Amino acid sequence: MLATDRIIFRTRMTDRVFSILGGLVTLGAILFLGVLLFDLARDGLSRIDWQFLTSFPSRRPAQAGILSAWVGSLLIMVVTAVTAIPLGIAAGVYLEEYARKNWLTSIIEINITNLAAVPSIIFGLMALGLFVYRFNFGQSILAGGLTLGCLILPIIIVATREALRTIPRGMREAAYALGATRWQVVRHHLLPYSMSGVATGVIISLSRAIGETAPLITIGALTFIAFLPPGPIATDPQFAIQPFKWVWSPFTVLPIQMFNWVSRPGEDFVQNAAGAGTVLILLTLSMNSVAILLRYRIRRRIKW
Amino acid sequence: MVNRVATSTILTPHRHPPHAGHTPLTTPKTTWPQPDETRQDEAPRGAAPRRIKAEVQDLSFYYGTVGALHGVNLSFHEHAITALIGPSGCGKTTLLRCFNRMHDLYPNTRYEGRIMLHPHAINIVSRDVDPIGLRMRISMVFQKPNPFPKSIYENVAYGLRLRGVRSRSEMDARVEAALKDAALWNEVKDRLKKPGFDLSGGQQQRLCIARALAIEPEVLLLDEPTSALDPIATARIEELVVELKQRVTVIIVTHNMQQAARISDYTAFMYLGKLVEFGTAADIFQNPKTKETEDYVTGRFG
Repeated sequence: MLATDRIIFRTRMTDRVFSILGGLVTLGAILFLGVLLFDLARDGLSRIDWQFLTSFPSRRPAQAGILSAWVGSLLIMVVTAVTAIPLGIAAGVYLEEYARKNWLTSIIEINITNLAAVPSIIFGLMALGLFVYRFNFGQSILAGGLTLGCLILPIIIVATREALRTIPRGMREAAYALGATRWQVVRHHLLPYSMSGVATGVIISLSRAIGETAPLITIGALTFIAFLPPGPIATDPQFAIQPFKWVWSPFTVLPIQMFNWVSRPGEDFVQNAAGAGTVLILLTLSMNSVAILLRYRIRRRIKW
Repeated sequence: MVNRVATSTILTPHRHPPHAGHTPLTTPKTTWPQPDETRQDEAPRGAAPRRIKAEVQDLSFYYGTVGALHGVNLSFHEHAITALIGPSGCGKTTLLRCFNRMHDLYPNTRYEGRIMLHPHAINIVSRDVDPIGLRMRISMVFQKPNPFPKSIYENVAYGLRLRGVRSRSEMDARVEAALKDAALWNEVKDRLKKPGFDLSGGQQQRLCIARALAIEPEVLLLDEPTSALDPIATARIEELVVELKQRVTVIIVTHNMQQAARISDYTAFMYLGKLVEFGTAADIFQNPKTKETEDYVTGRFG
């Protein structure tokens, strides 16, 4: 056998070994996830019905439902999205396109990246002091939404910056060379071209936020809520329209409801928890699929 | 307002009316002596004498502390093609990008000296001159075709939109004219709404030229516009550039010496951030005065 043949044989072997190993590891991970989902769905799916979705929690497991939890989750997400998305995108654009690169922006940059890795309960502590007590928002949807907003803000900033960085330098130069101002370059080119990346980052961060429990418990979210936040039209004729009254309402969210049920004795409550968990997983998965769809559709239009 | 200035310059190629009707870009805080309007520099053999469109005076340029240009002096003639040649890293692209202040987009860059843009004799590298206003009058085509990920029509229309063109009919007419000027109209007239990315490389580059021409610039900067293209696409663009000099002053950076010899009226040879030799293309390529130029144009180095 020639020397080169031996080398080729050996490298081919390494190649094959790695591909088999990689395949096995991937399979293991997927299998693990599959078993997890299957187990949850087996317990939970049978519990999910109209009654479960439209009932308040109850002492009797068979009558208990997740109405206040999913409405709470939804409203919290609305507050989170409305505050964190514009702020995060604006900050990302500023840092990437406007800010001078100096020691101050480097420090801000490092801090933001680290902020994305800070444990969520720390955000809860911060929010307890700031939103609940200092600003006197109480244990309201507003406080909860802002807490999760702070939590995902760094993720959105980082995603926005990454998306902006994938735009080739030539695009910026072409626009500037035609006489565009910085804002025109951002508005006409960079934002539209980075939409898919930004949207993906936003949705993934929201689907992280929807599963957060610790910071909301820290700010004192209730675990037992048997009413819905006030709607935009009041029953009291004196204050007929109250579009934002709901933000001051106490709330609970799906993961907290789940946590509450898991910690109770009795098979039935555990089944309720599995049901709530399945709803939560379905919500997260559907949000992620929207992200994937968005990315796919926009990518088809723009390719560098 | 800017359009009017640009149009009048283009419609009266060899004759400059008094400047009363022109609105200068900005009022320069420093007033440089007005150049002698009758001044004529040496013209290529057999051609009519030409006016100077831009004068580079003692221009040095720094990226941070590293000098990329060292005291360059050079004149650019109106309605002529001037080629900047030289080996990689000699500063020719850096010089080109001084003309529309592209360096301003990046931190730690510094200009020293002057580039006087005529007929108003404005020092365009001065801090007092707004680069946006400058880029409204000078357009650029880049090395790699870089159409926007928008439709063919929108690519050409964008510069006009920035200049406040609102009327649909005016926009249509000017987009069509620019695409015709760039010799692209016949190939794309049935698919103006299709993405610019769908075109071939050569067509994309002509689209970029159309985009640059739509704004009726006074000076067209070309940064190795054919280096990413095949010989046929290159030939079309060269042909186009030669036609364009009727209307606009062209400065082209090229690595390709045959290209410079074929299309340029004047050629500047640069080396290590300095101008080595400047003259008519015929002189530079057939009758170089310095040893370095001769070595470079005969392919002995670079």
